Amino acid sequence: MPRIRVDVDGATYEDDVEPRVLLVHYLRDRLGKVGTPVGCDTSNCGACTVLMDGVSVKSCSVLAVQADGRDVTTVEGLGLNGTEHPMQRAFHEEHALQCGYCTPGMIMASIDLLRENADPSEEEIRDGLEGNLCRCTGYQNIVRAVRRAAGEMREPSEREVAP
Amino acid sequence: MIPATFDYVRPGTVDEAVTALADAGEDAKILAGGQSLMPLLRLRLAYPDSLIDLDRVDPLREIRDEGDTLMIGAMATHHQVVRDPLVREFAPLIARATETVADPAVRHRGTFGGSLAHADPAGDLPAVALALDAVFLVRSVRGEREIPAADFFVDWMTSAMEPDELLLSVRIPKLGAGWGAHYEKFHRTAQAWAIVGVACAVRRENGTVGEARIALTNMGSTPVRASEVERAVAGGAVSEAAFRSAAEHAADGAEPPADLHGSSEYRRHLATVLTARALAAAAS
Repeated sequence: MPRIRVDVDGATYEDDVEPRVLLVHYLRDRLGKVGTPVGCDTSNCGACTVLMDGVSVKSCSVLAVQADGRDVTTVEGLGLNGTEHPMQRAFHEEHALQCGYCTPGMIMASIDLLRENADPSEEEIRDGLEGNLCRCTGYQNIVRAVRRAAGEMREPSEREVAP
Repeated sequence: MIPATFDYVRPGTVDEAVTALADAGEDAKILAGGQSLMPLLRLRLAYPDSLIDLDRVDPLREIRDEGDTLMIGAMATHHQVVRDPLVREFAPLIARATETVADPAVRHRGTFGGSLAHADPAGDLPAVALALDAVFLVRSVRGEREIPAADFFVDWMTSAMEPDELLLSVRIPKLGAGWGAHYEKFHRTAQAWAIVGVACAVRRENGTVGEARIALTNMGSTPVRASEVERAVAGGAVSEAAFRSAAEHAADGAEPPADLHGSSEYRRHLATVLTARALAAAAS
């Protein structure tokens, strides 16, 4: 069984894993990081999106062994010292969720979107989030939240903590 | 769902990968970006004995200028291809089509070579490679050979590569000044497969069409070259009327599939409409 060493949300883990274990199952079942849900199981919905070496990936489409030597950030790694990430706060304040199932993936994909485009238009946000499905909100408030977070992250106020 | 068990091999070099593939026998699969293969494994539509993961074979990610051609390494990701200045300058059709593949997270992992080797006629890149007369460089322990795009796509999800052959890179003849390109993709929802797609490049010459290259996505068991349309527009006027008339031949000889998204007849109709649009966009 291959042995992997992977950084997840700031901590280093070493584990023997079966090659067929998906990254999302490793995160949830081995590390207890259940903040990352399994959604569609067909790579469509994006609920399991995490950052690997800083870029978004669908963790149901990556093997845990492929994360060996990589740095993984889940939604649980965003808040520092109990402070919400600006994207988390914007989702809260704009009511960008109802059932919340898509939210962890939506937030991770949104952070990845702003990494490449700090001031996206509404259309660019919709394009950037096309791999993340939400069946509650109709996306209106999600787009508003990303716009709001983008504004705050460009001009951080004193209470914010950047990722 | 959880994939069936398999042996996992992670080579660090091309030589190691080719040897591993030869040793593993016919029930081995190459894992490139995994964005098509992983869902197949999870749904147990594929259950290879061994998986050879190219993720750490970094030389295969190179994109290089080779004079008259552009060499795109098989493991260059879609994300990398879309942003590459060489691709944008000399193969804009590839950049435009790749932008429409799936979604950002999938484009971070999915690879140029993986999409082509997968040989899904509903995938966007096979038609692009066919339209551009790309050449595929493959290697096995028996040696290297080149396969022209016209011979590479054999049948539904079947390429001309032997089970022990690995796709190393794809050579794309550069399109220089005077060429315009467009990929017209018709789908009902974001990130869905093309119901029909049209890959098109047009060279303008003194106000007329000097040359056109057109290939169709999801119009048969392989990507389909629209040769009749290419002939009909060559030497003719750059006008929407001329393009619409030529595009009437877009589905000639094609045997499009029928599925949930549309009948064969509907796809034939789409091919004519989308080909006219693609020609107009590429020539503008």
